[in-house]
This record gives sequence, C-alpha cells and structure tokens, in this order.
Amino acid sequence: MTQRLVIIGAGMASGRVIEHLVEDAPDAFDITLFNAEPRGNYNRIMLSPVLSGEKTYADIVTHDDDFYARHNVTCRFGEHVIRIDPEMKVVEGQNGHVPYDKLVIATGSAPFIIPVPGKDLPGVITYRDLDDTNAMIDAAAKGGKAVVIGGGLLGLEAAAGLRERGMDVTVLHLMGHLMERQLDPAAGFLLKQDLERRGITVKTQASTKAILGETRAEAVLLESGEVLDADLVVMAVGIRPETRLATDAGLSVARGIEISAQMMTSDPDIFAVGECVEFDGQLFGLVAPLYDQAKVLAKSLMAEPAAFVPRELSTKLKVTGCDLFSAGDFAEGPNREDIVFRDPGRGVYKRLVIEDDRLVGAVFYGDTSDANWFMGLITSAEDISDSRDTLIFGPAFQGGAPVDPLAAVAALPDEAEICGCNGICKGQIVKAIEGGATDLGAVRAQTKASGSCGTCTGLVEQVLAVTLGDAFQMPAAQPMCGCTDLTHEDVRRLIKSQELKSMPAVWQAGAWKTPDGCHVCRPALNFYLIADWPLDYKDDPQSRFINERKHANIQKDGTFSVVPRMWGGITNPRELRAIADAAEKYNVPTVKVTGGQRIDLLGVKGEDLPAIWADLNKAGLVSGHAYSKGLRTVKTCVGTDHCRFGTQDSTGLGIKLEQALWGSWTPHKVKLAVSGCPRNCAEATCKDVGVICVDSGYQIGVGGAAGMDVKETERLADVPTEAEAIEITVAFVQLYRENAKYLDRPYKWLAKVGLDWVRARVVEDLSERKRLVEAFELSQSIYRKDPWAEHAKTKAERYQPLADLTKEAAE
Amino acid sequence: MSWLDLGALDDIPARGARKVKTAMGCVAVFRTADDAIFAIADRCPHKGGPLSEGIVHGHGVTCPLHNWVISLETGEAQGADSGRVPTYKARVEDGRVLLEMAAFQRAEVA
Repeated sequence: MTQRLVIIGAGMASGRVIEHLVEDAPDAFDITLFNAEPRGNYNRIMLSPVLSGEKTYADIVTHDDDFYARHNVTCRFGEHVIRIDPEMKVVEGQNGHVPYDKLVIATGSAPFIIPVPGKDLPGVITYRDLDDTNAMIDAAAKGGKAVVIGGGLLGLEAAAGLRERGMDVTVLHLMGHLMERQLDPAAGFLLKQDLERRGITVKTQASTKAILGETRAEAVLLESGEVLDADLVVMAVGIRPETRLATDAGLSVARGIEISAQMMTSDPDIFAVGECVEFDGQLFGLVAPLYDQAKVLAKSLMAEPAAFVPRELSTKLKVTGCDLFSAGDFAEGPNREDIVFRDPGRGVYKRLVIEDDRLVGAVFYGDTSDANWFMGLITSAEDISDSRDTLIFGPAFQGGAPVDPLAAVAALPDEAEICGCNGICKGQIVKAIEGGATDLGAVRAQTKASGSCGTCTGLVEQVLAVTLGDAFQMPAAQPMCGCTDLTHEDVRRLIKSQELKSMPAVWQAGAWKTPDGCHVCRPALNFYLIADWPLDYKDDPQSRFINERKHANIQKDGTFSVVPRMWGGITNPRELRAIADAAEKYNVPTVKVTGGQRIDLLGVKGEDLPAIWADLNKAGLVSGHAYSKGLRTVKTCVGTDHCRFGTQDSTGLGIKLEQALWGSWTPHKVKLAVSGCPRNCAEATCKDVGVICVDSGYQIGVGGAAGMDVKETERLADVPTEAEAIEITVAFVQLYRENAKYLDRPYKWLAKVGLDWVRARVVEDLSERKRLVEAFELSQSIYRKDPWAEHAKTKAERYQPLADLTKEAAE
Repeated sequence: MSWLDLGALDDIPARGARKVKTAMGCVAVFRTADDAIFAIADRCPHKGGPLSEGIVHGHGVTCPLHNWVISLETGEAQGADSGRVPTYKARVEDGRVLLEMAAFQRAEVA
C-alpha cells in the first residue's frame, strides 16, 4: 500500500533519502518535497567552487526536474511550510495543506547572525545557499573590499572565492587562530600564511563591534577601534539547527530536533535527518554522517531494522591549494601524547594525538596524502604501540618493514566514498578505470572524483594504482632538489647500501639530471659522505657553503665574522687581550658577545682572515665553528664553583662536552648547554642537547629549539655520573649524524624517528651506545682539527685576489 | 686585442672562483668542473653578494647571500629571478688564465 511521505527541505541529506527510497522501494511512497529555496536538491558543499568560479550551478545539481518527474515526486519548491499538525497529520504550506502518513523534517540549519548594530544593512550577507553565493558573485563583479566575519570552514571558503573573483578580502576571526575547532595553532598558522600568500588579510582575535553605514554596509568597526572599509560584509560565524517547525509542533527539541538511532523524533510518524537533528547530544554539520543518517532513515521508513552510529569525522577545506585535514579529537589532555612532524620549508605539518596507545586525532597541513589511512586507524581504534616509532610517516613506512600502502585501498568496498565533494564511490572510479580512464585527469573528467577540492587526489591515485597495477606510475615523493627524483632519505639509504663513497658515484647511482649537482644537493651529499665514510671520502670544500669553505661567517656586506672558541664559555685575561689586540689590528668595527657566550669579531675583510686567525692561534685560540653545521657552543652557568645553588660542576662538564664534540660535522648546527641546577641559568632546556645538573646526577634532555620553532627538550636519560652524561651525549650526536636529513635540526629528526627509538639505541642498548661513540671518535680522528691553523698555513693565498688590476688599468 | 695573464689555471680550484681587483670593482673568475673559464662582475644583481664565494655547479653559480643562481655564460639570473651581471671575455691558453682587457681600459678612458 502506498504511503504518503512528506519531506520538508531539499538538502543533501533529504536528497540521499529520496535516492535510497526510489531505488529500494519505488512504489512504497507517494513523495511530496517542500523546499523554501525555489529549486531542488543540489550539492551544497560545492557552493565554494561555484563562488570561486570553478563550477557553475548546473555542475552541482544532484537531482534535476527529470529525476523528480521520473519518480513521481511532487515538488513544492519556493514554498515555505507554515506549520506541522501532528494531531491531524497534515503539513500546512503557503499554498495549501498536504496530509501525510510519514513526515521527514530535513530543514537543515540557518546561519548565525551576530547581533551587532548594522547587521541588517544591505551589503551584509550570510553564506548558506545558492542565493547567497549569487549575491556574493554579483557583489564581487563590482570589485572593492570585502570583509568576511568568521575564520572557520565557510568563512575561509567564502574569502578564497571572493579573492579569486578579484576582491580585496579581509577575514576577521574572533579566536587566536583560524579554524580553531578543526586545527591546532600550528596548522592554523600555516593556513594563515597560505591565505596571506593569496593576498587575503587575516586578522585573528578580531571582535566585531558594529557594521557601519547609512543606507548600506560601508565599513566594519572592531572592538579595538579599528575601522575596515567594506563594500561587502559576509557573516559566516556559524550555523544553528533550524528547529522552529519541530518546536511549534511540540516535538522534543534540545539544540536540535532530538531523534532516536532510527531517526525518529518524539512523534513515531515524524522523522528528522541532517543538520537540524541532535543525536546523543551531538549536532552534525559534515556530509558523511548526514549520508549515514539518510541510509538509516530510508530503512526506518521501509520498516527495516537499522541504527545510526555517529562516526569519527574528518574535515577538509575546499580551497584549491590548501591541503588541510583534521580528524578525531586533537584537544590536549592529561593522558594524551602528541607526535608532531614539521617541515617548514615545504609548509608541511602533521600531528597525531595518541591516548592509551590508540590514535584519537590527527591534523595534517600541506601533505594530506595518507589522511585516509590515519582516519582508518582512528575509526578502528587499534593498538598502535608497535608502529609508534614510525607512525607519523604513514602507511608506507611501518616498523621498518615496508607495508603495502595500497592494501588498505584494495580492501575498501565498492561503495566506500572516495570523493566527498561529489559523492563518488570507489566502485564508480574502478568502473571508469576499467572503461579506459588510466590516469588521474581521465578519472577526474569521467567521474568528477578529485575534481573539486582535490584533497582526495592521493586516494584516487591509489585506486588507480590498485586497479591498474604496474601500468600506473605513482607520482614520486618530494625529491632532494631538482637534480634528482630521490628524497634525502633515499639518498642516505643508497649511500649506505651501495657503499657509494664519492659524489660522482652518488650522481651516477641516483640518476642525477645535472652534471655536478647544485647548491642544494652538493652540501648535503658532502655531509652524508663524510658522516658515513670518514676514512674513505675526502671532504669537498667546493661543495660547502662559503661559511664552511672559509671558516667564517659571511655578512651582508661580504665581510666576515670571526668567533674564537671559548671552551664552556670560560676565558682569561690573556685570551681577552689577544682578542682585543686582533680587533684593533684588523680594524674590526664591531665586537659582540654572542648568544652562545662567545666573542664575535664582526666586519673582518676576507683577505685578512688568515692573518687574524694566525694571531689568534698564537694566543692558543682556535676556531669556534660559529659558522658550521657542526658543534657550535656549549653554554654553561658557574655551577658549584661559585653559585650557592649549583649542584655539580656545570662549567667543567660543559668544557668536557665541548672538547669531546668540537670540530665534528653534523646535519645542522648543534648547540648544547649545561645548567648547574634546575634554575637553568644556561637555558639548557631549549638546546639540541641540554644537561641539567641535580643532586643525584645529570638529567639529559634532547630536541630543544629556540629558533623558528620554540621547543622544550625531552628527557632522554637521567644518569649518576659525568662520564655517562658525556657518553650518552656523544652517542646521541653520532646517531643524529648517521640518520638525520641534512639541515634537519635534532628536534625535527626526533619528530620523525621518535624519542623512544633514540633512547633504545643510545641509553638502553649498551653495545650500540659503544658502537656509536667509537664511530664518532673515528670520524673525529680525521675531521677534528683547527681549520684556522690549517688554512692560515697552507691556503692563505686562496684568500687573496688572483690579481690586482687597479694599477694595470691606470697605466 | 690585449689579454692579461692572471695566473695559472690551477690557482683557481675546479668548481671554484678567485676574484680580481679592477678599477671598476671586483671581477670573479670561475673555473667550472669541465675546466671552462668565465669572468663576470663579482656582484650579484640582487643585493651585491660576492659571487666568487658561491657554489659553482654546471655553468652557473649560486650567490652565497640569498641563493640567486647566475649563469656564468650570459650573466643572467636563472629561474624566477631577473637581473644580469656584466660578463667579460676570458680564456685558457697553455694552462694560463687570460682576461681580455678592453672592457676595463675603455672604462678608464671614459
């Protein structure tokens, strides 16, 4: 028997409900569809590409007139529903009553308008439906300035779209960073940078006080008193469930319309679905759970058993070129631990949040290719303790044993949704591939998958790879530089496994495209070869940056700075006198104490370098390597010698550490500090290695930073004796030398390999620790020498001009 | 045409440079991996960095200050950067590095 089904609202959720019904029970229902908008179902999450001009309305229609006609859906578009009468089982529309047997409320949500003066002025619009989108497109056609209030998903998509259409756009966001519900501050910062690169001004902690203007919006006034001119103001601060009809009908409503797992409201003949509902205290604003709800609701209507289970949600931003992914719960908590990976050079940031050995949240920025794999780990809640070391590198790098990243994709069922924007499932993509679409472009053209926001591109490529096998070539990972397709990690592995001991051998084995590399790869290769083959490889000065080639720091005017080593920060009158004499003799314009407790002579002419070094050498001073990717300084406090709080001889330990490590080459500069007590006068907790002396011994922390990133050290070990503290420090530095990517400071490398992995090798495994110390000593036997003494004696002429023609030309 | 003998080829390291002082400022004389010799003004068009101190690769040099890459053949900045460094004629004969003097002498006259 045909039942009368009335649906209020033609959004994405109700569109799915109708699809399920007409497919599975074509004759069971006589459907009437109300929609306040004068049109039927379309893909609302695709409004952003329409705004930016990448799509048209026609592209995002999901159900056209023909569809409704074919399935006998009575359309009442553009007609508002005035009220629902549950007693009489009637829906009252503007143009008359419709009786129902079953009713579905799918009224979605309404944009939240902040109650400031001027909010009703013409020129202030929200961002919710096609009419809003068209209003923005019209406004943008006149150019001028737009202010977008709200730095969440919608606001940023609106801002990017308006910018794309040529407006001068400012985003105002109340919170300290953008998209604070989905992103942590670090990812929010990268997003802000990306938007600013596109020419969008972003103001955070900006609270709107009023919208100014006589007859239309002209400016936005902030609480700070700042006034921003605006031809268009877009309010995109949030949405709230549209529940008026349900409330008036006496249904149970909290923040949203309360429903059971069968999508039933407090009235057994009335169901609700989508953004207007509340289930188990949760609201739903993303598309995936809405589709789940639609499936359950269709079953409930057909009197089949089904239950809605909220799933973990992920978010992507549909702004072309901003790769962003956030899933699960990434709030900080007492039982939670973070694994963070940063590569500022590539603008990549990844953060995993772990609780009780399970992945509970993930934030990715810049590289979201493995996002679905991590999403799977969050959903399955499986124990990740075994793969924790390498977890952050994703599926391709699990526990050292390569795991096939495609296995997960291969295992996906055909109905698994790959492209959320266009609702494209794996089965549709596979069908297109089998029909001849053998690359990403063709798949995109035929299925629309990955053609919108593009964040599922990696997944589509994996489907291609799984379906085509060897016929498909995956795009390679970020190479070292333009000279090769290999990554730094590949190159390090290649050098070790094939025992490559010269640069030409690496160029050959790594299929370099240039005759002799470039300024990016050559210094890295020179370091890798020195680190791995100290006895066999000969250092190549021509592959070093000028600072290391000339053992002084180049300054912006082409002069150099000279820093003598002061072991542990200790000096004496004789050394100070020698430094003062040298400064006078070579007309050093600036004498400065560095951040690492050494004295810097700035402004020395390149030709004078060998001579000033010879003078300093005479007083027993050697190069401080203040220019090197190597040990720079060991900062100290005075410790037990003078301080009433000092617990150990921190200065003495600093000197010993500096004497053990000086002259070594490392992937990046290395700075140490030793503090005599937890008051930490030497600031040891933000160094690559920092030792804090305590009554019971020495606390060794590693992986601190105080540069582009500020990071506190993490505790590597507590040891009772000075000898052990030195041994562990040396072993740590050697492990870093053997494994890190060139130009990764220890904290970046640690973020990749994990502190536990390092601790297992330098603290727990005594034989490995011994091996590391021996390998370091071996390298030191070749490379620890004072370059100043050497260059002043044997290479001094290289510092002079080849010829002086100033006189010749005058003749 | 007058050529000035600057010194032996081996006075310049392969993939390296030496500078030559002239009345018009310093000239950087480069020796590339294939033993070709190039002379260009020792000033990066960007911020005046000393090109003679840069890393030499192929027939190009990377400025040590901000990594602009300059073609030794044309003096043109490569990639997205734009700018040009004056170039001079130089060659190797019997293991000696020779620089053509005309450019410097003309400048002196003017």
